[in-house]
Order: sequence, then structure tokens, then C-alpha cells
Amino acid sequence: MNPHTFIPRFLLLAGAIWSFPLLAADKPPTVEELSEALKELEQKVDMTAEMVDRAGTTDTVENKTHLGGYGELHYNNLDSGKEINFSRFVLYISHEFSDHISMHSEVELEDSIAGDGQNGEIELEQAYIDIDLDGNHTVRTGLFLIPVGIMNETHEPPAFYGVERNPIEHDIIPATWWEGGVGVNGELAPGWGYDVAVTSGLESADYKPRSGRNKVSDASAENLAYTGRIKWAGMPGTEIAATVQLQDDITQGTDTTAGSATLFETHAIVNRGDVTVKVLYAMWDLDGTGPAAAGRDEQTGWYLEPSYKLTNKTGVFARYNEWDNNAGSSADTKNKQTDVGVNYWPHEDVVFKFDLMDQGGAVSDDGFNLGVGFQY
Amino acid sequence: MHRIALVILLLVTASAVARDIYQQPEAFIKDTFGGEVPKPRMLWINGDLNMDIRDILGHEPGVLRIRYWQRDAKSAWILEETGKEKPITTGIVIHDHKIERVKVLIYRESRGMEVRYPFFTDQYKDASLQKDKQLDRTIDGISGATLSVRALTKLARLALYLHHHIDVSP
Repeated sequence: MNPHTFIPRFLLLAGAIWSFPLLAADKPPTVEELSEALKELEQKVDMTAEMVDRAGTTDTVENKTHLGGYGELHYNNLDSGKEINFSRFVLYISHEFSDHISMHSEVELEDSIAGDGQNGEIELEQAYIDIDLDGNHTVRTGLFLIPVGIMNETHEPPAFYGVERNPIEHDIIPATWWEGGVGVNGELAPGWGYDVAVTSGLESADYKPRSGRNKVSDASAENLAYTGRIKWAGMPGTEIAATVQLQDDITQGTDTTAGSATLFETHAIVNRGDVTVKVLYAMWDLDGTGPAAAGRDEQTGWYLEPSYKLTNKTGVFARYNEWDNNAGSSADTKNKQTDVGVNYWPHEDVVFKFDLMDQGGAVSDDGFNLGVGFQY
Repeated sequence: MHRIALVILLLVTASAVARDIYQQPEAFIKDTFGGEVPKPRMLWINGDLNMDIRDILGHEPGVLRIRYWQRDAKSAWILEETGKEKPITTGIVIHDHKIERVKVLIYRESRGMEVRYPFFTDQYKDASLQKDKQLDRTIDGISGATLSVRALTKLARLALYLHHHIDVSP
């Protein structure tokens, strides 16, 4: 007999004999009476176990609200200076109102301290309602991350290599990038995912996407943005995606020399065994004489990142980045950066990072970075 | 045009339905045993079993016992593990200490639903458990579904481990 089923039965039998009232009487219990008592006790134990087990399922009220978060500390030792900064501390809270309606939110404390004269900020990074539709489609309404690139939606520290995020998904795709609006996402066919969204848009006086984020804080809604993404992940370890975003006016009507803005982004991720390769390309095309005069009518960037897991807990990577927010100018304004480094995960949700950084082209800041990050 | 797009998207919400159920657990068990379903059994989680399960899942099992169905060297398990925040209900069939089938039955997460497709779950076929309680092969992940992939791999390891602890002699 299996010991794991034998032990509980033995305990039941012992309990039944011990508690059997007839033991106190003169007449010893019959086998039938003992058997009946054992059966009754077994039922009671089953009912108790059922109740305890059910307490851990999603059907209880207590399990409708979920808490999570992530954080990361960076140490930069670069030509430009030495700095230590707790870059992000994020609290995630979600709540299920019903089987098909849920709320998701993230509040971020950036750079440790927020307030007047302080470096940091407290930001509402996500706060939206998801309504699951018939089939594989979800309507998302509220403040949510724009579906673009590799890092914008998945940027928990244990999920990526390098202490600092790559510069393309900083200066060209202004991650972390969120807007307010409504969208639909889901699957068109097995492995084919899509997102469409109508949201608030950028408002950039200098035509750079990063400085155009209004973070849905009394943001102008004169010119909305339309985003669409198609993604194929129909093979294990493979993702190929493309995003297009259109906006009538990236200055929200404040600059008569500016016109429409179009973002195009595409990327591929291939993971085979211990090897992963990521490649991403992004470009902005801005109409109008203002962006053209500033050389910002075209802004481009790309990177290639191969990585290799040496063990379950250790991985190494290299990343080559090129980007240019003034690609439309005749001058050579291209930035280059090479990163090589190592991630060590003592636990799947905790990571220690080290990398060397070497810049070239229009930028020059070399050195090394150390970091620790976590998620829960 | 802006207003029309917003109105269309908001109107679509009217047809909302429940979470994604791909197969009822009862139907999965019936499929597995060809219609003649053996009586379910309970494996109590105690002693070393509890410690090893905690090691595989990375947290307390959360249940006192696990229900399973068995005929000869084949066992079937309905197991749950949370991806990001909601449990993924998964059916796993073990035969001769190797995985015969993995199927996502109920998926509740908002991202990573690609893990339910055979192109992903077929990777677990014939996988067995090593001494260190890891699978004998690497499972290629799905970008953006890291936590769901991790959850399914834990369940595959758990089912193989539990199968080792039931009496499978004919």
C-alpha cells in the first residue's frame, strides 16, 4: 500500500477506535460498528480537507485582489560620474470584479524620493479595466502601456539583461510609455496576437518622443494617437511583432510648423535552448517644416542582443545599439553603444547584474554598471 | 472619427463573457481513460512530499491532498499554478514516468495565452524527471508569457514527481 494513503487511513482508524463511545461500555464494538464509525470519521476528515483546500482557490473573495511589484537599484561608474540610485520601486495591485471584469494598476516611485526639489517622482503607470469578450479578445479602458517594442510592457528587472535599459527603448520608443484611452487586444488565430488602441498622444515641443510624454496628467487630447500591433508567436521560443502608431500632430496643435507623426517598430525574439537573440528596429517619421528644420523629421534606432544561459542561474549577453534623434539632419549625429555583461539569478525573481558600457559616435560615456532587482 | 472609434470600442464591451475554459477537467479525464473513468484517489501531502513539492513550486502547496486518476502505469492529474496572478488549470497525463500529455484546461491570465496551444505543450511530451527534480529537457519559452511558461513547467515537474509517489504496479 502506498505510504501516503496508508498513514492518513491508519490515523483515521486509530482516531475512530479511540473516540468510539462503545469502548467505554462493557460490550466491545463489532467490526460493522467500527467500520461505520471509520467511514463517518473519514467523511468528516474529507469535508475538513475540502474546506481547507477550497480556501486556497480563486473562487474565494479573499483571492480576488492581487498584490505584486518590482524594484531595482543601480550603481553607475561612468566617465560622466559615479552614481547610485534606486531607480524604480513599483507596487502592482489588481482586483477581479467578476470572471470577466478586472482592474490592474501600478504605482511607481522613481528615484527613491519624490516631492518639491527632489529627483524622483510618484507616477501612476497603469490603471485600467479589462473586460474579457467572447473568444480571445479583451477590451482595455483606462491608463495603460502602449503595445510597442520588447521592454515597454515587460520590464521587470529579472526579465532583461543589462543594468540600464537599452537606449533605443528610451530615446526612440519612450519606454516606459503609457497613455489614457481604450483598446482591444487578443488573438486572431493560433499564435497570432493583435492590439489596437485609441489613446492620448504625445505633446513634444522639441519633436523628441521622450519629452512628449504627458503621462495622462491634465494632458491635451486635441490630437489622439492610433496604435496597432500584430504579433506572431506560433512557435515555441519565437516572437515576431510590428507596431504602427499614427498621430495627427505631435505638438497637440501648439506648433503650426509641425505635422503628423508616424512610429514604426518591429522586433524579433528567438530562443532555442540556452541561446536567445533579440533584434529591434524603430523609426519615427514626422511631417512639417519645423521637424525638418531641426533634423528630427526622421528618428531611428536598432539593437541586436544575443545572450546565453551558462546555467539555470547565470547568463551572459552582448548588445549593440545605434540610435539617432536627429537622423533627418545632414550632420553625423548617430549614437552608438556596446554593452556586455552578466546576470545572476539566485532565485527566479531576484537578479544581480553587471555590465560594461562603451559609447561612440555622437555620445561618449564609458564605464561599468552594477544592479540588483526583484519582482514578486 | 475619434468619437466613432471610441464609441465602437466601448460598444464591443456589451458582449462580455466568462474566463477562457478550453476543456472541462471532467472531460479531460474522460478523454484520457477512453470514457471508462477510474475512481479518483487522493494523495495526501505530508512529510517529505510537502517539502519536495515546496521545492518544485517555490511555495507551499496550498492544499492538503491532491486528487488523481490512475489505471495501471498511467495517471492523470488536474493541477493549478499561478502565472502572474491567476491560476492556470492544467491536465497532465503521465505514463511510465514520462509525460504523455499536457493540456491547459482553464486560462485566467490576461497575457500569455499562447501556452495553451499544442505547438507549445507538445514540448513536454516524453519528458521525464531527473534526480534534481528538473525536466530532462529545456522548454523554449514564449516572450511576454514567461510566468505562464514557468508555471506550466512547474506543474509538469510536479505531476512527474507525484507519479513517482503512487503505486503504479500492475
